[in-house]
Amino acid sequence: MQINGAQMVIEALIAEGVDTVFGYPGGAIMNVYDEIYKQNNFKHILTRHEQAAVHAAEGYSKASGKVGVAMITSGPGFTNAVTGLADAYMDSIPLVVISGQVPMSLIGTDAFQEIDAVGISRSCTKHNYLVTNAADLPRVLKEAFYIASSGRPGPVHVDIPKDVTAQIAEFDYSIELDLETYKPHIKGNPRQIKKAMEAIAKSRRPLFYLGGGIINSNAADEVRELVHKTGIPAVETFMARGTLSHDDDLLISMLGMHGSYAANMAMSETDLVIALGARFDDRVTGKLSEFAKNAGVIHVDIDPASISKLINADYPIVGDVKNVVKEMLELSSQVKPEKYASWRDTISKFDELHPLAYHEDTDRIKPQWVIERVGQLLGDDANISTDVGQHQMWTAQFYPFSRPRQFISSGGLGTMGFGFPAAMGVKSACPEKISVNFTGDGSILMNCQELMTAVEQKLPVINIILNNNFLGMVRQWQTLFYDKRHSETDLSVQPDFVKLSEAFGGIGYRVNTKEEFDAALKDAVEKNIVAFIDVVVERMENVMPMVPSGGSLFNMMLLEKKEK
Amino acid sequence: MEASERRVISVIVVNEASVLSRITDLFSGRGYNITSLTVAPIPDSKYSRLTIVTSGSIRVIEQITKQLHKLIPVLRVYEHADLVEKEMALVKFPITENITDISTLCEAYNGKIVNVGDNVIIVMVADEPKRVENFLQVIKRYNPKEIVRSGAVALER
Ligand SMILES: Cc1ncc(C[n+]2csc(CCOP(=O)(O)OP(=O)(O)O)c2C)c(N)n1
Repeated sequence: MQINGAQMVIEALIAEGVDTVFGYPGGAIMNVYDEIYKQNNFKHILTRHEQAAVHAAEGYSKASGKVGVAMITSGPGFTNAVTGLADAYMDSIPLVVISGQVPMSLIGTDAFQEIDAVGISRSCTKHNYLVTNAADLPRVLKEAFYIASSGRPGPVHVDIPKDVTAQIAEFDYSIELDLETYKPHIKGNPRQIKKAMEAIAKSRRPLFYLGGGIINSNAADEVRELVHKTGIPAVETFMARGTLSHDDDLLISMLGMHGSYAANMAMSETDLVIALGARFDDRVTGKLSEFAKNAGVIHVDIDPASISKLINADYPIVGDVKNVVKEMLELSSQVKPEKYASWRDTISKFDELHPLAYHEDTDRIKPQWVIERVGQLLGDDANISTDVGQHQMWTAQFYPFSRPRQFISSGGLGTMGFGFPAAMGVKSACPEKISVNFTGDGSILMNCQELMTAVEQKLPVINIILNNNFLGMVRQWQTLFYDKRHSETDLSVQPDFVKLSEAFGGIGYRVNTKEEFDAALKDAVEKNIVAFIDVVVERMENVMPMVPSGGSLFNMMLLEKKEK
Repeated sequence: MEASERRVISVIVVNEASVLSRITDLFSGRGYNITSLTVAPIPDSKYSRLTIVTSGSIRVIEQITKQLHKLIPVLRVYEHADLVEKEMALVKFPITENITDISTLCEAYNGKIVNVGDNVIIVMVADEPKRVENFLQVIKRYNPKEIVRSGAVALER
């Protein structure tokens, strides 16, 4: 079939089964938008900023497991989207981001709205393309979707000059991909897997270290089964929250900088780390030389470059976690759960000694209470997104997650402004769940224009602002490590968040008491339109426990015991 | 600090636009160092071969090879242990220098005079990079006006 480049983009999206595209038009991408206007196969959601379009596509992808798609124009449209690309790259989120480019004849002339987009995106995408001929488009788009979603997933950027979108060429999407240089390792080496299982059977204090790769490869069911069959306790990374349910006896909460005392102590005392889809991020390991010092390491990851990058793996297994864990399950009868009873006991004692907790306050709402409360009231009915800061860590600590893909947050890049647009993406992927975004008074202002999108598109995200009048996380570091010099983190001057939401046609609540909070949340759920719940919380609360950056996991700053 | 060693890495890539910048961006973006880089198409194929001389600890070199391999257009990455390595250098001397001496020296380093003009002579040598280095030391006394090195090319034995 002979069609133009713009039509090819539409046909490819349809062929890929895309049902939602997030984007923002402009000169260089107009031919494609004209075709979007003419079709009825997928929905286009007009965000009010390109960064938000990419974050929404990320949220959509993380909640649904499908490839997220965003469409933007050249120049400023593209540069606005870069933060989203970088965010998706760091968290291995499969995206295809399509941008317009100035016509081929103008490339390199500093034309209006020209920027070297592929030059910029090279370092923050899994792969990228500048398409110089419409005849290449079917192959490029097919490759883009395949590369984004296979192996270690990631964002792929396709930059299309305006004249190429007008060019007519043959479109055949049934072509076979011929990517001889790209062959992800899916199956783990059986000999290595066997050796790893023998090591587990021999170990005395083994520990599962569960990472975000489990969620990406949809391996949570298999992992749950393996954990239960072996009776080996497990810690989760921030990105893996929800792999095991919060009430699972074998789950010891999150580890790392703001992980629980028990999780970090277990990691320090274990004799065998079983890392599944985890990449030994520095926020997890603390001081590398002290991390799991006396332990052997089994490391399962689809990305060979992740293995032994930071911590030497004694049993490296390159493969898709789902496949590898399935094979591990087949060999799991040699592992005897009884053997680890005293190890599990030791860990429970750590937990009793310093549980994840906070001190209640009679005058002011504690931020952690809000998160626990939402957990009690909405629990599994909600998908939870966050922005970046203290509220994000408290959410990871205190929300009772019960399933994978329930928790959506910017882990690797730590992007303030991620939460609200991502939550819109989550809502469009999972309309039957309530979409809650925990945010801070700093973060919410970074993409609050999305109120308009949420109102227009009927994406009733409930934004719960844990308002401490501070850039709280930075303030915490200033308090602890900079002698309380709170340089440029005081946010006492604030908008009226209630009016802000109302100005866009949303709903707003200002909350000072627990009763008001319950009422506001109930009302927001019932009214089912985008909401800001501005909760006045204790200003000086710190996220505890904490491993100071570069410190070792077993040397935590703990919640101070309260004097009676 | 782990010991840093000189390494030679060959990379076979698909000949396509911007593949070279993908490689060099990877080095600069991750703070790896490139001592020299040569690249040319492999005859009768759609591939090019890059020879990269770099340095780093074992861990760094392992990351370099793995990260290179992750790039989509990269077909193969070899980190050479046992290899034949050659480099070429072109040197321009004033015509007033002792041509016989220079010519004899060149021969010792697998080279010769390649051009003689009114004011300058140009010589080439092609030898192991270490020996090219030696040559360049030795010829200093003949006041070379310009030196061009090609960077190493290498083949596994
Ligand atoms: C785009 C961006 N800019 C700056 C930072 C650095 N940063 C990390 S946390 C934080 C404070 C966040 O404040 P707020 O959103 O109010 O949340 P809180 O910590 O108070 O819960 C800042 C500035 C960041 N992560 N992202």
